[in-house]
Amino acid sequence: MMQITTASPNSLIKISPILLLFGGGSGLVIGNVHDAGIVGMAISAASQLSLAFVYFHLLKNERLAGWINRLGFGVFGLILAGIPGGILGFIWGHLSVWIMYWTRNRRYRERLLPYLTTGQVLWHYAFRCLCALIFIFLIAPILVVMPLSFNAEDFFTFTDKMLRFDPDGYSLKHYMDFLGLREDSNGEWLRSLWNSLIIAPIATLISVSLGTLAAIGLSQSNMPAKRTITAILISPMIVPLIISATGMFFFYSALGNWMEQSIGMNKDLVGYIKVILAHAVLGIPFVIITVTATLVGFDRSLTRAAANMGANPITTFFRIQMPLILPGVISGGLFAFITSFDEVVVVLFIGSASQKTLPWQMFLGLREQISPTILAVATILVALSIALLTTLELLRRRSERLRGMSPA
Amino acid sequence: MRTPVFFDDRYPMIATAKHNGILAADGTPLKRSLARALRREKLRALILVMPLLIFVLLTFITPIANMLLRSIDNTIVGDTILYTVSDLNDWNGSDPPLPPENVFRSLYFDLFIAVETKRHTRLGSRLNYEQTGISSLFRRSGRKLDDIGKEIEKTLIASDARWTDGQTWFDLFAARNEGDADPELFDRQFLRIQRLQGELGNIDIDFMPSKSIAKALPLATREYTAWAIHTASIEGEDIAQTRPWESIPVALIYDMQQPDFAIEIKNWLSQSSPHPIEKLSTESIDYPLDFTDILRKIHKDWGDIEVWQTIKVHSNDYTSGYFLNAVDMRKSLDGPTIQPENKRILITLFIRTVQMSLIITLACILLGYPVAWLMANLPMRTANLLIILVLLPFWTSLLVRTSAWKVMLQQQGVINETLVWLGVVATDNRLEIINNQIGTIVAMTHILLPFMILPMYSVMQTISPSYVRAAKSLGANDWTAFLRVYFPQSIPGIGAGSILVFILSIGYYITPEIVGGTDGVFISNRIAYHISRSLNWGLAAALGTILLMVVLVLYWTYDRIVGIDNVKLG
Amino acid sequence: MRFTRTILAASVLALSAVAIAEEMTIVSWGGAYSKSQLKAYHEPWTEKTGIRVINDDSSAEAVAKLRAMNEADNVTWDVVDVVAADAIRLCDEGLALEIDPDKHLAQAPDGTPASKDFGDLLVSPCFIPQIVYSTTFGYRTDMVGDNPPTDICAIFDIDAYPGKRSLEKRPINNMEWALICDGVSKDDLYDVLATEAGQDRALKKLDTIKDHVVWWNAGADTPQLLADGEVVMGSTYNGRLFSVIEEQKQPVAMLWDAQVFDLDGWIIPTGLSEERTQRALDYIYFATDTQRLADQAKYISYGPARNSSAPLVGKHSELNIDMAPHMPTDPDNAKNTILYNYEFWADYRDDIDAKFQAWLAQ
Repeated sequence: MMQITTASPNSLIKISPILLLFGGGSGLVIGNVHDAGIVGMAISAASQLSLAFVYFHLLKNERLAGWINRLGFGVFGLILAGIPGGILGFIWGHLSVWIMYWTRNRRYRERLLPYLTTGQVLWHYAFRCLCALIFIFLIAPILVVMPLSFNAEDFFTFTDKMLRFDPDGYSLKHYMDFLGLREDSNGEWLRSLWNSLIIAPIATLISVSLGTLAAIGLSQSNMPAKRTITAILISPMIVPLIISATGMFFFYSALGNWMEQSIGMNKDLVGYIKVILAHAVLGIPFVIITVTATLVGFDRSLTRAAANMGANPITTFFRIQMPLILPGVISGGLFAFITSFDEVVVVLFIGSASQKTLPWQMFLGLREQISPTILAVATILVALSIALLTTLELLRRRSERLRGMSPA
Repeated sequence: MRTPVFFDDRYPMIATAKHNGILAADGTPLKRSLARALRREKLRALILVMPLLIFVLLTFITPIANMLLRSIDNTIVGDTILYTVSDLNDWNGSDPPLPPENVFRSLYFDLFIAVETKRHTRLGSRLNYEQTGISSLFRRSGRKLDDIGKEIEKTLIASDARWTDGQTWFDLFAARNEGDADPELFDRQFLRIQRLQGELGNIDIDFMPSKSIAKALPLATREYTAWAIHTASIEGEDIAQTRPWESIPVALIYDMQQPDFAIEIKNWLSQSSPHPIEKLSTESIDYPLDFTDILRKIHKDWGDIEVWQTIKVHSNDYTSGYFLNAVDMRKSLDGPTIQPENKRILITLFIRTVQMSLIITLACILLGYPVAWLMANLPMRTANLLIILVLLPFWTSLLVRTSAWKVMLQQQGVINETLVWLGVVATDNRLEIINNQIGTIVAMTHILLPFMILPMYSVMQTISPSYVRAAKSLGANDWTAFLRVYFPQSIPGIGAGSILVFILSIGYYITPEIVGGTDGVFISNRIAYHISRSLNWGLAAALGTILLMVVLVLYWTYDRIVGIDNVKLG
Repeated sequence: MRFTRTILAASVLALSAVAIAEEMTIVSWGGAYSKSQLKAYHEPWTEKTGIRVINDDSSAEAVAKLRAMNEADNVTWDVVDVVAADAIRLCDEGLALEIDPDKHLAQAPDGTPASKDFGDLLVSPCFIPQIVYSTTFGYRTDMVGDNPPTDICAIFDIDAYPGKRSLEKRPINNMEWALICDGVSKDDLYDVLATEAGQDRALKKLDTIKDHVVWWNAGADTPQLLADGEVVMGSTYNGRLFSVIEEQKQPVAMLWDAQVFDLDGWIIPTGLSEERTQRALDYIYFATDTQRLADQAKYISYGPARNSSAPLVGKHSELNIDMAPHMPTDPDNAKNTILYNYEFWADYRDDIDAKFQAWLAQ
């Protein structure tokens, strides 16, 4: 650390390509709004460079320079495009001054191993940029979905009003529709969410419990006909869904008939059982694959040690084996849950109206009336899952701290 | 508890000792004791697997196998027009240019029952997959089939009014006593109706055809018996009180025109109470019964040799026709022939499905590898945050993600608008990146990327950084160290991710349907079409079977090369 | 077995009849269409009889599901809303009940028997028509300049109307339009289309715009594409366009020329118990009488299938505009129409669809 901070700052000439690139790129964007991309690019690149010169060689106070830059650009944006422009300008100003000092003071090396060559540092950041782009690709649909869900119109379109940040272009009506608060909404959305929340967890539970048992059996070295059995258990993932859906339909109709007529079960209950069992089968391959994979690295001697000390097989399983393979079980369960929670083809065939799940309702929403309500649902689910996953992560960190472990 | 290695046959010294009989702690010979332990372990493993195996076999494998069997099942033709099919065997399909009269006669009576049981249109739809127009041929023929019977009925009634009475008919055909009964005929007709209607079970039918009348009126007795079984079992009516279908009078008149009739009916009459048939047999009813002509008048297409060839070719109970169709071929009289060029599409789709799935898998590897590497090499805190980003798309429904890609990729969409705004592309020259293969590849890569990243990540997590460090300290540069040391260790992750992504993508159909346009759709889209729109389930099953075979072969190859045990999901 | 089974099923149903007598499952398309049926039919029916209606939005899968239900001997639907072509197919497959209109359907208020009141629209013995809808074109008013299209052949005129068009991804309708714009008269249409050469001719015509077409699968696609400005014109159901124009106020207008009339209506599945069949028939009797059919037009712009309902069509329930001019059957709109040829497509659908798909994939 020490020797890096004491190293002499980069000269302006050396960092000028990066500054020009940054200034030019952002200038092109602003210039384009005013139909003068090239001019904007030139002005911005030049100003970025000259501002850097002023800050480095005349002002020589990073904190002061930072605020001048942020406020300056903020005011500039405010004049050009009102409040949103002001905010964007402020952010841009912050970035522009940050990149000036980041490059000048070699802060980019701060977290890296000191012996890396320039090429390696460059590669490091290029690689990071590449990964960032891939992550953007991953969440891009969500970034699109979120603003669209506040659309005041009933289409999946960014209206002019939305792009102008006109409050009239936005509304909460699709959320109201989802929550059943609009007068013409009939609560179908909440009902189908509820159905999904009944079906998915139970289906997951079945596939996880049966799947984990089977995976343990499969991983025994003496398992006969291992390949065939694995292939059979993984088959629900392999068969094209539409074929599975029709094939399973016949079976589940017969099963439903039998349950209703011979056992005299309630029709709705039978409907749920049918969908749950079908989804459980679809989730099984994921559990098998993940749990078998975790078991490959599982040290057999641990269970033997437990048995040696007098634990019966059940205690051994729950106290020794289970905690160790838990990560695999959880991730398998996650896949199984998603399979059920996002499954539309099979439920379309096997389910009846009273088991309409969320994806089914979304499917209808897309086919019969393109309505951004499905985007509102997606946004809510994303928000919920972010909250959930963040909480889990925070809890994990807390328990780590309590156990006195340093973050790995 | 593996057999300790000392007792292996490779160690001859100990093997000799084994012959002398090493005993286990409880005194049993060690060999037996070990075998028992092994058996017990096998059993325990099986018991653990059994519940799931039974569950999957019962609720998944059997139904799917049943579904796939539809790809060869063609019993509908033989079930519906039983006698026609057997008569057609004697016709070679081209000479004479139309099947002989007896085929037409059989068809008339087969079709009549089929119409009465409303099965003829089903057969029409089935054969229409093979030749256009047969659907309406059957539907229209069904409407007019009883015309001739009605005329003949009138003639009968003109001869004697008692012909309107169900009892008259019953008296004619029913056996008078045990000895006269013809249970064989009854059983054959019972089977015939059963093939048409499904299981009939054990029901009491108060009727048994008479042997002696069957000699005089073979066709009419056969048809009456079939009618009686149908009426008693399906409609649940009293046969003796019901007037039979119009086809029975037709059969009656046909039989009366046969040379043997005169003698046989005299035999019959001599042993029976008076019956209107006596009067009828003396009248010369000169009703021309040319069934070829009758059917061709009902619909001209019965004179079309192609219709008959189609029926002949597709008359077996089990057919290769659907599989041939699935590979753009067609079953014909001269064996399998290739479809006309303007109908060939399925092979193209198969190839395209595999090609695009490979591209998607490759794209997922290229995009997933750096991200997985990054996550595996970051501190756990940061990596976990990134994992959240990877998992987030999972929580957005597949449908929503696909629609979102539509919003982004279309010509007035986010990407094009941005590019136009930046001046990269001209406004009248926007990129076409949706409703084609690019759209499908982008959207599906996005949807399946997490399935690639997570297994890769979990494998990379287990790769110790010391190997790479060691390589570098031995003089490898970054690239060599990666290529020769790190990459080989990460291959199981790539393999697992690839097989997952490939298998999942090969069966997708909703996403290609929405963003694929014309050249970005998969074979699954056709399967879905045949299941839900054209109802050609046989073809859908054949396509599905082939697709399944492709996947299984890949799965098998993968298992051989990498081993399915090495698949890790996270 | 079937016999004993039906007896068994009947007795079980009789036992459980007390429990399920109070509800019936009606299958429809979902969305605004189901809503209009809810208002016009289901709610008054429940009010009158106390029978609760469960709405199942599965009409798009109805044919496949009914067939599977029938094979599994477990028909859970009581009344199903399908398009006429599907009804014919279901009737062919023996999956829909044949109905005698004069016996099972209400007379018109003036005593005209139902068979006359529905007239030609009774295209299948199993099918009770409910609405007449049409597949027609809408175009962006702001993208056609001062030369709005009035002729169907505008879809083939890339020079006058540059931009993309959306067409349904199936041969039906598109082949007809192509032939009409290739100079075939409406009377010869299906004779030409029945021949190999005619099919090639239609595809060749479609070839001229193939690069400019966005193919849709779901009825909601074209409205979205029009709203986005992604296409300059596109075919869809007239009710969808009505909603885009009048309810969503998008800059879109209708091109009624050469609209293809099609029917949507009810069928009753076969294999129901007698009691359920009777209830379904009662529902059909109620829901297809003159007033009820006219009521539906208050909520959606589809024309009632009875002649006697036309004069009773009133104003839209929310927008309060006259619905008559928005009906596809309105004389001003119906100057040039094609009636979906059910018989032809029942025969040729599989064949032409294979060719059409092969053409698309080229």
